[in-house]
Amino acid sequence: MKRRGRRAALYTALAAAAIVAPWLFPSYATQFAFLCLMVVFAVTWDMVGGQMGYNSFGNILFFGIGAYACAVVQRDSGFGYAPGFAVGVAVGACAGTLAAAVLGPGILALRGHYFAIGTLGLGVAAADIAAGWHYIGAGSGMTTPLFPGAIQDRAKFFYFLLLALAVVTFVTSRRLYQGRFGLVLNAIRDDEGKAEAMGLRTTGYKTMAWCVAAFFLSISGAVAGNLVGYIDPRDFAFAGSTYGVWMILMAIVGGRGTVWGPVIGAFVFHITQEVFWTYLLGWQRVAMGLFILVVVVYFPSGIVGSLRTRAPRPGGTEREVLPERAVVDPTRRQ
Amino acid sequence: MMGNLMLLLDAPGLNLQLLVDGVLVGAIFALVAYGMALVWGVMNLINVAQGELVLLGGYVVFFGTKAGIAPLVAIPVAAAIVATIGWALYRVVIYRVVERDPFSSILATFGLSIVIQQLANQLFGADVRTVESGLGSLLVAHGMLTVARVKLLAFVSAILLGSLLVWFMRATRLGQAIRATAQNSRAARTLGVNTDRVYAATFAINGAICGAAGGLVAMTWMVHPYAGLGYTVRSFMIVVVAGLGSLGGVALAGAGLGIAENYAGFLFGAEYQTAFVFSLLVVILVTRNLWLKRQRRYLR
Amino acid sequence: MTALLDIRNVSKSFGGVVANKDVSLAVPAGGIVGVIGPNGSGKTTLFNSIVGYHPIGSGSIRFCGREISGLRVPEIARLGLIRTFQQTRIYRNMTAMRNMLISDRLRHDGLRAAFAKVPPQQATRAETLLDFVGLHERRDLLAGELSFGQQKLLELAMALMNQPTMLLLDEPTAGVNPTLINGLVDRLRQVNLEFGITLLIIEHNMRVIMELAQHIYCLAHGELLASGPPSLIQTDRRVVDAYLGAG
Repeated sequence: MKRRGRRAALYTALAAAAIVAPWLFPSYATQFAFLCLMVVFAVTWDMVGGQMGYNSFGNILFFGIGAYACAVVQRDSGFGYAPGFAVGVAVGACAGTLAAAVLGPGILALRGHYFAIGTLGLGVAAADIAAGWHYIGAGSGMTTPLFPGAIQDRAKFFYFLLLALAVVTFVTSRRLYQGRFGLVLNAIRDDEGKAEAMGLRTTGYKTMAWCVAAFFLSISGAVAGNLVGYIDPRDFAFAGSTYGVWMILMAIVGGRGTVWGPVIGAFVFHITQEVFWTYLLGWQRVAMGLFILVVVVYFPSGIVGSLRTRAPRPGGTEREVLPERAVVDPTRRQ
Repeated sequence: MMGNLMLLLDAPGLNLQLLVDGVLVGAIFALVAYGMALVWGVMNLINVAQGELVLLGGYVVFFGTKAGIAPLVAIPVAAAIVATIGWALYRVVIYRVVERDPFSSILATFGLSIVIQQLANQLFGADVRTVESGLGSLLVAHGMLTVARVKLLAFVSAILLGSLLVWFMRATRLGQAIRATAQNSRAARTLGVNTDRVYAATFAINGAICGAAGGLVAMTWMVHPYAGLGYTVRSFMIVVVAGLGSLGGVALAGAGLGIAENYAGFLFGAEYQTAFVFSLLVVILVTRNLWLKRQRRYLR
Repeated sequence: MTALLDIRNVSKSFGGVVANKDVSLAVPAGGIVGVIGPNGSGKTTLFNSIVGYHPIGSGSIRFCGREISGLRVPEIARLGLIRTFQQTRIYRNMTAMRNMLISDRLRHDGLRAAFAKVPPQQATRAETLLDFVGLHERRDLLAGELSFGQQKLLELAMALMNQPTMLLLDEPTAGVNPTLINGLVDRLRQVNLEFGITLLIIEHNMRVIMELAQHIYCLAHGELLASGPPSLIQTDRRVVDAYLGAG
């Protein structure tokens, strides 16, 4: 009970901090919005990469589809800003989820090396197609309509939108991991052949997981496109060598396949990234590549992962590391 | 696109042109793919930075020729330099991921590719660079067919290099050690092969292949900091189609890819050529996988 | 006696190597049938053919009167034909309890079931079965941290969780501590009698299989060598020769 109380206090404090943040640091509101975007990136990547063990290099595809679909609706529908944006987000979400549903059965049948390179190719192919397609502006990209309000309201508006999205993404994923869905994802990660031998519909579940990730990612793309105001095919929408790898990196930094890991990873990563961008003047991308190397080589289990192996705690289904001797606790029997 | 298609149907000479160009370019792809297959087979590692090694070779030749070195001299120099870089990369980074899960090694080499690409961007600039060979073109069959001499040179060099590699693998002690490690690294270790050294050598040889191929790329085409991933993906595709360890298959698949790419570039327009390469990768992977799945189910 | 699993003239070869040739075998509903044979005699290949791991060359495999040789692994599993693996396969990074929960058979595997929480009666059943194989105290340990024998028991419990009609066990006692084997034999008999699950068992431990099975098939070089009740098999000259010849 005491732990629950402390947890509630922690959540309230976090929520309060998140709400007052843009007023306390108004000049950082856009940065905070990007931080929320990073949380969505990390949590959705981890659903497929960490929990299910399918290490996708191409999830950026759905982000880009959402961004472009929304921008096209805003450009061609003739609605005002608010309805156009709302419809655009909805269309973007549908388009991204649909893409995952269509591509899923084929792509997710690949494993190991092939899945990684296949998804990498998927993301780059999308970027190149977008860069050649004149309907969506080809190489010069698309601009989204101007936000009608004042400039400081604009940052706050998108911050709260992305904050809400990040919270909903996190809560949804957590809820899913507690149920049968989470069990199946973990089973696929540990031994897909066994899962098939036990009669699980692995293809269906894999596709579903990808669709859930794609749903939130494409919404984030639609919103972020409006936040940035300009959609470049290679540097924004399908930015495989920035956003695309960052997703993976954030999940690893925090701890793959853990509930809070991706969120913590997103915070740590975003701050590191901002420091690089502020102080390294042009060399930040080189530093980012080196950062990837260091994390992969020296720190593959991430913050939460290494905390766990150092201090294993007893617990229920969420925490999976226990002390040597398990004690039967009759109260835990349902 | 339809117009271009009609043009192809009307002009047989044009087809021949696309075919010949495809085969010539495909030889370079095959060379890079052979290096990837070597690393893949021996170290069970997919080198995502393969394309960046190619570009490094291209830059060496570019700056070498600018400094007045003849291209044919610059290419071996590029091979030597990139081989050294490859060896160093193994010693610094790759050795730590070589026996880990495939995801770690792919992510690590992907990180490496970003580092090299961004370094190239910082140091050499984002401009497109080409080596002027000044060799001109050959006109064959009364001008029906134009063959750039430099492509012909690249083709011949690629074949020579490929043969040299085959000889090296068969005849030298190091080659034998590499082949033994590829077969079964644990057995090779118990028989006294220093697999760590073999891995380093393999990665260095791959570097040499990429360096030389990069020189050929710079002469026939261009180098550019962000063009690397395309070569990685082409190599991967070729290896997936041809399988590991068959140089003939790799050469054929390389030629096939070169031809397909030339036709696609002609039909859809040059702006879609890389999009075609990456889409083809996805299509090849998925269809090949589905085909295998079907086979498991229906093979009688 | 009607056969629950009816295998007729099944042949399977890999490349040029014949792994099974013209094997016929019948398992009556509610029975315990054993498959023995020297190493490399094609027992596991036969198992793999039954559960759909690879297509068979020729012949027919019928389960509950239905031809299953064209079906794929998960489809066959969903019909109620579950196998365990010789190299025990469990979900290593999940707790024993979660291993059990995910193994429950889903008759309504729709979207809603996928996103729903695990119902409490399912957890109770999982605990009961873990208790049945003596792993209840270890239910919150990661499956990968269990000893090999315990993993085998867990795999058995997972198979039971699936409520199969028939279980295919690939060497259930291999690697199990000898002191546990008697208990395991009892459990398997209980599975058969009380849970009403038909068993087809590959086993190398002659004592175990002679004790358990009502009928035994002996394979050698991919072909059926002999079949009959344990008492006859034990004294069959061809069977003895096959084992000595292979050894």
